[in-house]
Amino acid sequence: MSGDSERGRLIVLSPERGNCTICHLLPGGDPAASGTVGPPLAGTGARHDARWLRDRVADGRSINSDTIMPAYARTDGLNRVAGPFQGRPILTAQEIEDVVAFLLTLKDQP
Amino acid sequence: MRAAVALAAGVAVLALAISAGGTAVSQQRMAEARSGATFLSPAMRARQDDLTVNPGMLWVENGAEVWLRPAGPEGRSCQSCHGAPTSMAGVATRYPAWDAGTGRLLTLGMRIRSCRVDRQHAAPLEPESNDLLSLEALVAFQSRGQAIRPEIDGPARASFDLGRRLYTMRQGQLDISCAQCHDAAWGQRLRTETISQGQATGYPIYRLEWQGAGSLHRRLRSCAQGVRAEPVAYGSDDHVALELYLAWRARGLPLETPAVRR
Repeated sequence: MSGDSERGRLIVLSPERGNCTICHLLPGGDPAASGTVGPPLAGTGARHDARWLRDRVADGRSINSDTIMPAYARTDGLNRVAGPFQGRPILTAQEIEDVVAFLLTLKDQP
Repeated sequence: MRAAVALAAGVAVLALAISAGGTAVSQQRMAEARSGATFLSPAMRARQDDLTVNPGMLWVENGAEVWLRPAGPEGRSCQSCHGAPTSMAGVATRYPAWDAGTGRLLTLGMRIRSCRVDRQHAAPLEPESNDLLSLEALVAFQSRGQAIRPEIDGPARASFDLGRRLYTMRQGQLDISCAQCHDAAWGQRLRTETISQGQATGYPIYRLEWQGAGSLHRRLRSCAQGVRAEPVAYGSDDHVALELYLAWRARGLPLETPAVRR
């Protein structure tokens, strides 16, 4: 499965899908309208490879059990998921590949 | 909405009803626990503090009318049994509180609903209805400025322990607990919104987002929606337990009803 970085960019920005900027600042983004809960994403693609990024987007909790970042591929071990979302991951495997492809384009350091 | 003149008149009357009771708020605790009001802009803070412009006072004022209104076959009002609303001074600081009659813990809203049915023999007030929010606001307003101090030992202990478990339990599709945001990440921003400590100090609150007053239960539903979780059912053991734990977290902070938030 290969990712499409342009599709990934749209997923990252979409409040209904990735909603990443609720916590992270993207390079070129508005710092006042971007969250500060997670680290800024500038340079992510220079510091990490696809596997590192995929592991953290898909299931960061299995790496750091205290992380506040949702596990975007996970459907098991969740509590009290609201009806419409039960049994469904936040993002599909293809969407996660697209997001990873986009993150890999963020080469410039802040 | 009623005219500002009517609001000002209501405020003048109700201002007399503010308890003169002391607010023994620990300064040390205050250094750690912060009301959501401290995360507001100065202009929004002023809207809460100045009762002549606080929109939540409309509910307090309406509550004073409902308090006097006869209901049920015997035609009894709240006033018939309790006297003036000032008799409620300090009461809201202790809720959720144990009800020996039913052998269970009740939130302030549930207590009022039970009074309505069991004492007045009147039709129940629906959760989130204007009359229930108004009575709750009136009663809580009598304790404005007094320190929050719920009882968590004795018969309330099991509920407190459940509340703490719920507060720290990851939940929803996003798999995030109350504690991860409001204990560990307060002061950080979600987009433009600063995460507060989630101190439940001023319910019912007036929220700009709602264009009206709402209960703590309504606020909890918003948080559940945010993490795509099933919200606690109104009046359930989980609901009461969570409110008790939140009241304990806010212990020592002054009650602010009616609080104003974005």
